[in-house]
Amino acid sequence: MSQAEKVLAGSLADQRAALDRSEINASELAAASLAAIDRFADLALVVTRQDEAALRDAEESARRIAAGRARSILEGIPVVLKHNIVQKGESATCASHILEGFVSPYDATVVERLRAAGAVFVGRANMDEFAMGSSTESSIYGPSRNPWDPSRSCGGSSGGSAGAVAAGIAPLALGSDTGGSIRQPASFCGVVGFKPSYGRVSRWGLVAFASSLDQIGPFARRVSDCAALFEQMAGHDARDSTSLPEPAPKVCERLDGDVAGLTIGLPKEYFVESGVDPGVLARVREAIAELEGAGAKFVEVSLPHTTHTIATYYLIATAEASSNLARYDGVRYGRRAKDPVDLEDLYRRSRSEGFGAEVKRRILLGTYVLSAGYYDAYYGKAQRVRTLIRRDFEAAFRGCDLILTPTAPETAFRLGEKSGDPLAMYLSDVYTVSANLAGLPALSLPCGLANGLPVGLQLLGKPLDEVTLMRVGDAFERRTPHHRLAPPAPPAPPAPPAPKGAA
Amino acid sequence: MARDLEQILAHVASLDALDTQGVPPTLHGFDLPTPLRPDRAVPAMDPELAVLNAPARQGTAFLVPKVLEEEG
Repeated sequence: MSQAEKVLAGSLADQRAALDRSEINASELAAASLAAIDRFADLALVVTRQDEAALRDAEESARRIAAGRARSILEGIPVVLKHNIVQKGESATCASHILEGFVSPYDATVVERLRAAGAVFVGRANMDEFAMGSSTESSIYGPSRNPWDPSRSCGGSSGGSAGAVAAGIAPLALGSDTGGSIRQPASFCGVVGFKPSYGRVSRWGLVAFASSLDQIGPFARRVSDCAALFEQMAGHDARDSTSLPEPAPKVCERLDGDVAGLTIGLPKEYFVESGVDPGVLARVREAIAELEGAGAKFVEVSLPHTTHTIATYYLIATAEASSNLARYDGVRYGRRAKDPVDLEDLYRRSRSEGFGAEVKRRILLGTYVLSAGYYDAYYGKAQRVRTLIRRDFEAAFRGCDLILTPTAPETAFRLGEKSGDPLAMYLSDVYTVSANLAGLPALSLPCGLANGLPVGLQLLGKPLDEVTLMRVGDAFERRTPHHRLAPPAPPAPPAPPAPKGAA
Repeated sequence: MARDLEQILAHVASLDALDTQGVPPTLHGFDLPTPLRPDRAVPAMDPELAVLNAPARQGTAFLVPKVLEEEG
């Protein structure tokens, strides 16, 4: 392993120290990250390299560091962006044919802020098309393969971002989370993933999927690194009308390793033996024991509408998606069908040719549940149940400071295992969607292995209480070795499928 | 596709069992008032840049197949 690769595999604090002590410069670090993108090309994690911009930014960063003018802890640090967050002059395909060739004329707010903090964007991560999926299989780039086992999924929809951090391509990545799309892949890939409270991070420049649920969030290999990235990008933005007016919390200075006196709720509906992998449950119970030993108190809480969260989520998310995706019409940007006979033909064929099967399925479903005659029964009903789900959390949080659950009911599943069964795929989000419906902050962090694969621990916080989540996550990390587990390297190339009839 | 949609609709029908009489809908993550700003002109994106991704254009206008019939 070269010096640059070693630094790249370390924590943000290690990288900061190596850069500040001139053991390596920002250009070398960016070059190592770009080389790692190629080395892991078979896994389809980072699918677009941004060499020119990355090397230019890294060089400027190196100059600032040398002059003692580093802008923040992120100065010179390589960051991977999900393919649905726009950067001026770069592509943002959302892993869809309909946005192939699109070049963004502007920067997302998060891109603007992280660049102002000195971060270097090295490439764009694979994802499920328009973030609609839980496995990063519905992508024009092909499926992302899990660095822990290339025959398995990275989770999704931010699978490429999670996999890139796990593989060591970059220490930090951004994803988006509409129903678990940061936390579930973080869990599958053994990294930390964080969904901030709704409105904490500006959505300006995030390609919209379901606007009342979408949130941008960070991936990292340490909770403290995740906190640092979050701090640099959070806060009010006048360009996003749903951006919270409150100043973003200072999280890093609050990471003191102390959990004594905190009360953590365990929702009884989440800790049922059926439907949860026993290995996952065992790791989560060990994590509970660890935090109990550190002085946290555990109480049972109830979230009675848990069984209705998936139905509620898929009604609201598809309704909003059908409206948001109406803009892809082949007129102003994106793919246009060849030689349309009239305007309707242009619309119909541009959309039919440009969107993949899962996106079409959700547009159809969303259009149906919003249609006159069905609106009240489906969309209206789901919005009311969303209130009941939010009230469940309000009641539970009267008796505890945060809630602990598994992130996903299973470890990384095999590629292809669920891709033929959309409902089974939807059900894999059972533990994550409620945080989006209720607007809560939620953190997933590694808590060990089951069957040789990473298990994620999920912490759900009160609205706007990112600090408590990060404090507990960080305290857990200080007491356990799980965050130091790394996938076996180098990953073996995926085995070709066995011929039919072979033993 | 039709079978998938039927299966999904059968799953979401489980919400019918819940009594939501008198429960207000939740429309957004948080209830925020619509933010207003002063009615002042601010610089917008350069039109050349804004149409850069157009599949077909004329100057800074988007070109589409003719919508209106010729008169006569």
